[in-house]
Amino acid sequence: MKKDLIDIRDLTSTDIDDLIFLASDIIAHPDHYAHKCDGKKLATLFYEPSTRTRLSFESAMYELGGNVIGFADAKSSSVSKGETVADTARVIECFADIIAMRHPKEGAPLVAAQNVDIPVINAGDGGHNHPTQTLTDLLTISREKGRLNNMVIGCCGDLKFGRTVHSLISAMSRYENVKFVLISPDELKIPENVRTEILDHYGIEYEETRSLENAMPNLDVLYMTRVQQERFFNEADYIRLKDTYILTAEKLKSAKYDLSILHPLPRVNEISYEIDKDPRACYFRQVRNGKYIRMALILRLLGVE
Amino acid sequence: MIIGTIVNGLVIDHIPAGRGMELYNYLHLKDLDCEVALIKNATSKKYGKKDIIKINDLIVINYDILGYIDPKITIDVIENGVRVKKFHPELPETITGVIRCKNPRCITSVEQELPQVFKLTDRENCVYRCIYCDTKAEQPNT
Repeated sequence: MKKDLIDIRDLTSTDIDDLIFLASDIIAHPDHYAHKCDGKKLATLFYEPSTRTRLSFESAMYELGGNVIGFADAKSSSVSKGETVADTARVIECFADIIAMRHPKEGAPLVAAQNVDIPVINAGDGGHNHPTQTLTDLLTISREKGRLNNMVIGCCGDLKFGRTVHSLISAMSRYENVKFVLISPDELKIPENVRTEILDHYGIEYEETRSLENAMPNLDVLYMTRVQQERFFNEADYIRLKDTYILTAEKLKSAKYDLSILHPLPRVNEISYEIDKDPRACYFRQVRNGKYIRMALILRLLGVE
Repeated sequence: MIIGTIVNGLVIDHIPAGRGMELYNYLHLKDLDCEVALIKNATSKKYGKKDIIKINDLIVINYDILGYIDPKITIDVIENGVRVKKFHPELPETITGVIRCKNPRCITSVEQELPQVFKLTDRENCVYRCIYCDTKAEQPNT
């Protein structure tokens, strides 16, 4: 039976541990994997712009010896002629072995997965899911901290529309003794369904606060997010909230010496550039990890040993 | 008010008052040739008021819809004038083609031929969510 990755909840803890283990092995022995996907093609179907995710997928496939086809903009595909997601996926299935799809509408990759026999990876569907970002975050936390349990994770910024935060909470809730500090303005607090169906449902300890400064000393991981303009219908709300949290060297003074600062990128101004040289800043290593975890995922979904 | 006795058919009882017509439409009962009675605001000892639907034929109906509307609904199966079975519908795991997703960001908002499928995510609180975007459906029995 073919496998897809549409939602991080599709993966068991064993699956996640396996992918992290495989990605770590790829990092240690890249040459061993350089021809694992010879003759295979990845189709990157990107209906909205996303340079880094698309390039990460494409780099991952190339480093496995495979090839890449696809489009980076819906305007350059048959979508502009009114083709449905299902039809586009069925057509691409004739050319490729695996699909990575980004789409502005929530659920589009699921529709693709329901209509083809090749694996489909959700590369981001609107503000909904972005499971490979979550895998990237998990690999980064695992490599930086040496564990995925026993830690306090601060999530800061746009917790309402920030899908990466929702998925991270969902994934990390499986691990023992993980506590969350949710740092946001009132307007961008974590949605009710994440609170009730994940945090409360699994009995995860968490606190909500508006103060990054107060939360800082207790954090093992700080997950910063951008207030995303494209998720707002009202520009005035975006302008009012976009500068709410900016991480500076001054604010980091009270942080633990081994804090890990993550960010799904791109940042706008929520992390000062002065922090980039701080060894606790992990976000560029996080980008590199994204390529390796996608390599691991492609191998597993294609069933390549 | 007297409604004729059913010989072979179904009585859908204890429908929340005011939801009978909605159920009538969901079950496409207007398409039937047999006698169908919709009784609104009947007196109920348990609930004060209730709606009832009587169908004078042993048709196959979608019990998932009944469970979604309210699992406390009762279904009586009548054969040869005798009630041979009485049961409550179960809360269905998924429900298709009944509720529409209202999330403008959902793929179903632009591809309207897609089946509208909701899955049960919280049995205790009867919460259904769109399988595409996880948007919560409005509570059916409120």
